[in-house]
Parts: sequence; structure tokens; C-alpha cells
Amino acid sequence: MKKSVFLGALTIAGLAAGAGSAATLDDVTARGTLNCGVTTGLVGFAAPNANGEWQGFDVGVCRAVAAAVLGDPTAVEFVPTTGQTRFTALASGEIDMLARNTTWTFSRDVDLKFEFTGINYYDGQGFMVPRELGVSSAKDLDGATVCIQTGTTTELNLADFFRTNNMAYEPVPIETNAEAQQQYLAGACDVYTTDASGLAATRATFETPADHVILPEIVSKEPLGPLVRHGDNEWGDVVRWTLNALIAAEELGVTSANVEELAAGTNNPEINRMLGTEGELGAMLGLDADWAKRAIMAGGNYGELFETHIGENTPIGLARGLNAQWTEGGLLYAPPFR
Amino acid sequence: MSASTDVPKESFRLSQLIYDTRYRSITIQVIALVLLIGALWWLINNTVQNLETLGKDFDFGFLTQPAGYDINQRLIEYTSQSTHGRAAIVGILNTMLVAILGCALATVLGVIAGVLRLSKNWLVNNLMAVYVEGFRNVPLLLWIILIFAVMTESMPRPSDFRGDEPEATMFLGDSVAVTNRGVYIPRIGFENSIGPAGATWREESTAAIEAGEEEPAEPPSSLVDWLIVLGVLGASIYGARWNTRRANAAQEATGERPTTWHVNLALIVLPTLAVMIALGATVAQPYLRGFNFAEGIHLRNSLIALWLALSLYTGAFIAEIVRAGILAVSKGQTEAANALGLRPGRTMSLVILPQALRVIIPPLISQYLNLTKNSSLAIAVGYMDVRSTLGGITINQTGKELEGMLLLGLFYLVLSLAISALMNVYNNSVKLKER
Repeated sequence: MKKSVFLGALTIAGLAAGAGSAATLDDVTARGTLNCGVTTGLVGFAAPNANGEWQGFDVGVCRAVAAAVLGDPTAVEFVPTTGQTRFTALASGEIDMLARNTTWTFSRDVDLKFEFTGINYYDGQGFMVPRELGVSSAKDLDGATVCIQTGTTTELNLADFFRTNNMAYEPVPIETNAEAQQQYLAGACDVYTTDASGLAATRATFETPADHVILPEIVSKEPLGPLVRHGDNEWGDVVRWTLNALIAAEELGVTSANVEELAAGTNNPEINRMLGTEGELGAMLGLDADWAKRAIMAGGNYGELFETHIGENTPIGLARGLNAQWTEGGLLYAPPFR
Repeated sequence: MSASTDVPKESFRLSQLIYDTRYRSITIQVIALVLLIGALWWLINNTVQNLETLGKDFDFGFLTQPAGYDINQRLIEYTSQSTHGRAAIVGILNTMLVAILGCALATVLGVIAGVLRLSKNWLVNNLMAVYVEGFRNVPLLLWIILIFAVMTESMPRPSDFRGDEPEATMFLGDSVAVTNRGVYIPRIGFENSIGPAGATWREESTAAIEAGEEEPAEPPSSLVDWLIVLGVLGASIYGARWNTRRANAAQEATGERPTTWHVNLALIVLPTLAVMIALGATVAQPYLRGFNFAEGIHLRNSLIALWLALSLYTGAFIAEIVRAGILAVSKGQTEAANALGLRPGRTMSLVILPQALRVIIPPLISQYLNLTKNSSLAIAVGYMDVRSTLGGITINQTGKELEGMLLLGLFYLVLSLAISALMNVYNNSVKLKER
């Protein structure tokens, strides 16, 4: 019998096909919509509401950028990403910016070639356990089964925490927050660990939130912020200063209610420069003079966004804590608009 | 008389490349080759340029960097301080584990279902038809998720086993615990285990007994122990086959077949038992400690869901292949065997199946390959196969998508070719010998 060997040709299909065009701002303007990467669903930060509209704290940042650049806070195409897919989506140009409670780390900034444009939430990793377990400290978790979203910094912190405390654990790797919630409630894991804000948001969606406790230990620093591709500084500036405008607006007392009135001109030169009645800050960014006004009108200033979506009057009930303005003992400190 | 005329020596013209059949095929091949090289060049150039725009380099150095993440199911030693390369190997072994388990169970299920589908019993026949059509026609991913969901949602929690009147109890004399985190089964440990782990255990347990503690830890088992046991078992089986051959020879010479089963049984069981006793085999049963069960072997839900779903799904395809193989053997063979007085069971095993195998093996290879590649759906249930470690977390933490995906592709290619090669060797041994 004859034997023939066929060698198939290996084809590397269109890798990095649509990658890295330099002028994202032009692309977004030409397209008329902003492609914004968000989570697959974390109530309070980014999740579709009953009408299917995306809502949340991170979504607010996307909408502010869209309002500043395109003049329309609804001109956003939300792209849900998981912990694993988010960086590829951004690097390949599928999304223009990522606002998905992503931790600013050295390697992501330097090695993965991204540009963090600021911090919109100072967070830390926490642990949630059912109250009936009777656990009061994360140090009691030796031998526990832990649900953990893969591809996150929390995964690495978790390994470090248990190793340095000489404890064993069984990780249950999970793709999305919704899956984690289901596994945790089914009792397939004793502990769910992610950013403390995420735990609060997840717990708020439980039927009986009081049956679950968030342990006091915060085991890491998780500064969360929006990010863009490295190398497109103009676009990075737009996102950075839109976020700064939201933060500065709260400090300066500019809210979505009074921005219209203040935009007519005030005797505070910084407000005037930010809202475009003085100076050329908008033109320097490649936008028009009203950019910051529109960004603030989209969902309010930083404080308003916080109160609407994750603040103490929402089911999630997060206190401002580190995320208060620097004038009130927090870490929020926007550079001057000058 | 010469009828031949000299063919006038034509000079070569360019148009011959298209119109002359002698040259045309070469022309077409050359053009196709040039186009192919062009396309490849475009792809590579495009990739290189895009990497450059992104400011990324092409470098496999990340494989020697510490991984930093933990893996729950590891067949070799691994901690979060091990390298990304080792994490990839852990993933590779997990992929191979589920592939081997899956192929074995799928073959068993497939052969049984395939044979039973030909049964004349209406109920059996139709039950098998339902199995085959049900599994063949629903996407594999759904089966994986369904089995996983059933395991996590409807099985008792480890804490349900606690207390004086527990809500759940263990099976088989307190040796198997089915929980919503997986199934815990007993494992075998060797008191005289060879290797450092065994030595440490002996020291510790002597110390524990001297200190008067009641329950010292269960003994460990090392790879060497198992290799010795399996080696002895293999040699015993070879011995049993030799005994069978001797019986065959005796039958051919005298017509009387000496009874072989008790000798075979003794040949297989006794040496293995002896070596197990010499190594000091003990059974370590799982027991509840802290949050989870300790000791024993933990078959995680992810492994069980993936394994069962892959086996049931591929088994349905194999059932059809087996059925086709059996139907391909002409009915005359069965009738001839019956005429010679062979019982139906012997007819199947001596006459039908050996011939059917020739038809069955080649498509079976491709089912094995499918199963192996489908195991990359592991990501759906968080099974830490190579797609989840190297192709998932490692890529995500290091940003080396291209390198990671190339390695991943290469691994699946090599594994598939290895499976094909092995199965081809087997195929050669059962195929029709042409002389």
C-alpha cells in the first residue's frame, strides 16, 4: 500500500489585524461612537439596567468621554470584556478605552503597553464569606476553597497572601463576576475574593446580603482607573483630562445642576478655564471649548457619579473613604486646569 | 524502410508555458507557490509591523519568569513561585489526563452503545438510539456546562457531612464523598514508599507514635512506587498471555484445551499483590477536616464535568462508527460462524469484531483527535488545562499573546500527530495483511 504524507500549511490567521492606529481621537470622531470596554456585569460599576441601557460608575466615565469628544453621552458602544479578554480587546483596537475596574500596575503600564489615565476608584482586595461559617479574619481561611476571577491582579495577590501567611487554599478559577456569584451561592467555594468594591456590589445583589460578611482585611492596593493604548498621547490626554475634569468639578463645586449657569462665566478663573470661558484648554486637547461642560452634564461630577451608582444611598452602599476629595481627607487630587 | 521521421527541433516559446501540456502543470504550480509565499510573507510582515506599532517584542523569555498564580489541579509539583513554563507543563499534563481518561471512557461507551444499537431487543435498541442522537446533536459545550451545573447545584456541600445527624453521608463504607466541590475517593499510600517523601513520612510517623499521638498522617506514594507496581502488573499480564499461547498450542496438538483461567488469574494477581504488600500499601480514606475533605484523591467538578461530557459526546459518535463497522462485515460471515457451531458471543469476538476493526480504527483516530482538541473547552468550567494556564492566565499576565498562542497551537499539533501515529501503529497491526 502506498503511503503519502500530507504536510498541511500552518496559517497564522490575521493576527493583530486591526491593531494600533495612532490617531484614536480622529477615529472616534469619524466613527461617531466611542467603543468603551466595560465588565460583563458588575452592578454599580457597569451593568445593563432593566431597559438594557448600560449604567454604573465606570459607564459614567465612558459617557463623560463620549460627551466631551462627540457631544453625545449616549454615543457609546459598550463592549463587555472579561478579565482575560480586556487587554487583547484594547491592544487590538477593538475598543478605544477600557473602563473596567482595572488595577494600575507597573507591568500593565510598562510591559503590556497601556497608558493608565488616572484613578477613578482607590480599592483593595477583600474576602467575602457566608456568616454561618463563623470566620472573622482572613487568617482563619487555611484550607478554604476560594472563588477567584482568572487573569486578574487579585489572583496574584491571593497566591501571595496565602503563601506569605503559610496557609493552603484551593482556587476555583472563574471567568466572570456572575459565574463567581453563582458558584459562591451554591457553596462550591467558601470564600469569594475580589476588590472590596466588587464584593460590596456583588453582595448587594444577593437575596439576603446580611448573611454574608466582608472580612476586615484588605490585602492589597488596587487603584482602579480607565486606560488606553500606549503611544497615542493625544487620546490619552483626552481621557485623562476628562476624568480630571470630573474630579476637579466636584472640588470646585461644579455639578450637573449648576454647570450651565457657571459656564456663563464666574469669578473663579479655574472654573472659567475648565468650562472654556477663559483660555484655550479645549483647543489644546483637540476639542471645542465646551468639552468639560458636556462631560460634567453627562452624569454629573465625580461625587454625583459616586452617589448615584455606588454611594451610601444605593444598595451597594460604599462610603467615600479613600475616594473622597483631598480636601476631605481622601486621595482624589486633580492637577490644576491651567 | 524507415517510417520514423525526425521531429523538428522546436525552439522554446514563452506561450508554451500556458498552451503546452508538458509545461502547463509546472507553470501553474510555480504561480501557486509564488502566491502562497506572497500571502505568507504578507501575514508575517503584517504581524511584525503591528507588533512594532504596539511596541511589543517577540520573545519567549517569559517562560522562565515566576508565574505568580496557583493551579488547583497539578500532577507535578507546582507553586505560585514556579515559572510560566512549568505552569504550561502542568496545563499540558492536565490536558493529556482528561484526553486519556476521555478517550478510554468514550471507547467503552461507544463500543457498548454501538453493539447494543444492533440488538434485536426493541427497548435496548431504542434507548441506545436516544443516547446517540441526543448527545450527537447537542453542542458539547452545553453538556459540559449542564454536568458542571448539576454537580455544583445539586450535590451536598462538604459542611452537610458534618454533625451527629448529617444531611449527607459518604458512600461505600465512608470511602467516597460526592460533594458540590467534586468527588473525593480513597487513594493508596505506601508505607515503604521509595523516595524522599516516603523517608520523611517514616521519620515523622515514628516520632508521632513515640509522642503517643493517635492518628499519624497517611503514608505517601511516589511515581517510582507506581512504576514498580505497574511494571510487575505488565510482566504478569505478559506471563498470562504466554500461558494462553501454550494452551492454544496444546489445543492444536491434542484437541484438548487445558483450563487456563485459574493459572492466568494467579499469574496476574499474586505477583502484583506481593509487591503491593512489600511496599506496605494502605488505603487512605478522605475525611472531613476544616473547610473541605482532606486526604484521598479529589476529582474536581471541572474534571468530572469535562471528562463525562467529552466521553458521552464522543462516545455517541464512536457508537455510530462501531455500528457501521459491524454492519460492514457481510452477513455471510455470521452465518458461516453459526454453521460451524460458534456461539453468538464467540462469533462476535472471533469473527465479526476482528474484521469490523479494520473499518472502525481509521475514523476512530479522528474521534480521538476531536476529543483531545475539544478538551480546550475546559475554560467553560475552569478546568486548568493548557488553554487555561499557558493560553489564558499566562498570556493575560505577560501580554505575550502571539508567543503563547503559537506555543499552544504547536502543542495541540504535536499531541494530535502523536495520537495519530500511535493509532496508525495499532491500525497496521489489525488491518488486512496483504501478501
